[in-house]
Amino acid sequence: MAPLKIEVSGLGYAVGGVEILKSVDAGMQGGEITAVVGPSGAGKSTLLRAINRLIEPSSGEVYLDGRPTSALDPLELRRRVGMVFQIPAVFGDSVEEAVLYGVRLSGKNADPGRLLEMVGLDASLAGRDPQSLSVGQQQRVTMARTLALEPEALLLDEPTSALDEAARRRIEELVGDLNARLGLTMVFVSHDLVQVERVADRVIVLAEGRSVGAWDKEDFFSGAGERARQFIAGRL
Amino acid sequence: MADLQTLGPALLTLGLVAVAVVLSLYEKLDLEKDIGVAVVRSFLQLAAIGYVINFIFGLKNIGAVVLLLAGMVLFAAWTSARRAGDVPRAFLVAAVAVGAAAVATLGLLLTLRIVPATARYLIPLGGMVIGNSMNAASLTMTRIRDDVAEQRPKVEAALALGATSRQAVAPILRTALQRALIPLIDATKTTGLIFLPGAMVGMIIAGADPLEAVRLQIVVLYMLLGSVSIAAILVGTLSYRAFFTPRHQLRRAPPSTE
Repeated sequence: MAPLKIEVSGLGYAVGGVEILKSVDAGMQGGEITAVVGPSGAGKSTLLRAINRLIEPSSGEVYLDGRPTSALDPLELRRRVGMVFQIPAVFGDSVEEAVLYGVRLSGKNADPGRLLEMVGLDASLAGRDPQSLSVGQQQRVTMARTLALEPEALLLDEPTSALDEAARRRIEELVGDLNARLGLTMVFVSHDLVQVERVADRVIVLAEGRSVGAWDKEDFFSGAGERARQFIAGRL
Repeated sequence: MADLQTLGPALLTLGLVAVAVVLSLYEKLDLEKDIGVAVVRSFLQLAAIGYVINFIFGLKNIGAVVLLLAGMVLFAAWTSARRAGDVPRAFLVAAVAVGAAAVATLGLLLTLRIVPATARYLIPLGGMVIGNSMNAASLTMTRIRDDVAEQRPKVEAALALGATSRQAVAPILRTALQRALIPLIDATKTTGLIFLPGAMVGMIIAGADPLEAVRLQIVVLYMLLGSVSIAAILVGTLSYRAFFTPRHQLRRAPPSTE
């Protein structure tokens, strides 16, 4: 199966009279890691939630391989486009239960040991209380439970911002590794340009609810993206 | 029928309220105003309901009883909805839940001929069912509202894994129902050992046979367990939907609570 292509067109989102997204156009190529960067309040997390329709856009559309997501069953959409959040919210009495939560909802099963190893955790952790794990390990558990659904794309909302430097680097490596091994299309929100340079293939810049531009990583971190980088650096 | 003038000596028990007021003043609890309001309101409300019940007893008309109970359900729903603040459609949810609890339990008691269809039984029993169901409704609604706000990340994470709204909110619903039911379950377990329920105390003091008082008390306890469970479960099932869209999205919290 060819990697999933995500396109966002004229996307807007308002809540309580406040426009969080005004108009966002963006393309995420299949199998690539696209970083979404921008000052805080730019609408980065909101954009991710609109892509898997955890929120309903007020205008515009998101397309998966050219098909509008408004026509898809939202539960099916979320299984195809998985999401990893900033702060891991792990539930269940054991790591195994936590990892299999989503799979079991759809009446299926999976091998928890294999999933844990996929995210670099020891399979022997399966019986542990997830709350006894470090935050970095918990974040891996949330990645494992998302991967259990065999998604075609992964939305990562600042997945390392709650982690220390070492754990952060390990998650970055894992993201790169999963992208290479599974051919997953990934959208990675980050406020750390150094991290973006390590992880991303492409960069999309948002500001005040609008898409400002998109660059290949090499261009963004050379002369072409200079102004955008200075703009973000000055606003972080 | 004794009229209210014979209440004179009973009002001397206000001396006990004075103890509470003094305590409040002395310890700066800032409750004396509330105590005053409670005393006046309870006096006026009880006096009024006494006259109303007396009047309805005189009518010997079951329609008047039903009307009074319906009024009590609406007032209970209003009180519960006010308590539940910004839960959308709280009044409707509470009215349906409390009303269903009253109809189901009183209906069963009447159908099985456990109590006769007279005002003397239906009004006090209905009052108990409605009052307790109202408390359960308020507790369940406020709990769900607070937990959905507090556990947003968990609920959203579950939705992101393909959970329906119902599945995502299931742990919250479970806790809310437990919280609403446990006090009554515990009170039922310990009844007769630790405290004698009000209805039974009243009957014994009024000179009824203690065994007859027990018989009625058992009816009351089981009726309350049933009605409170019905009210809590209905409130849970009806109110959680207000926090989600039909497309299994958490509604954004209104600006006032953010």
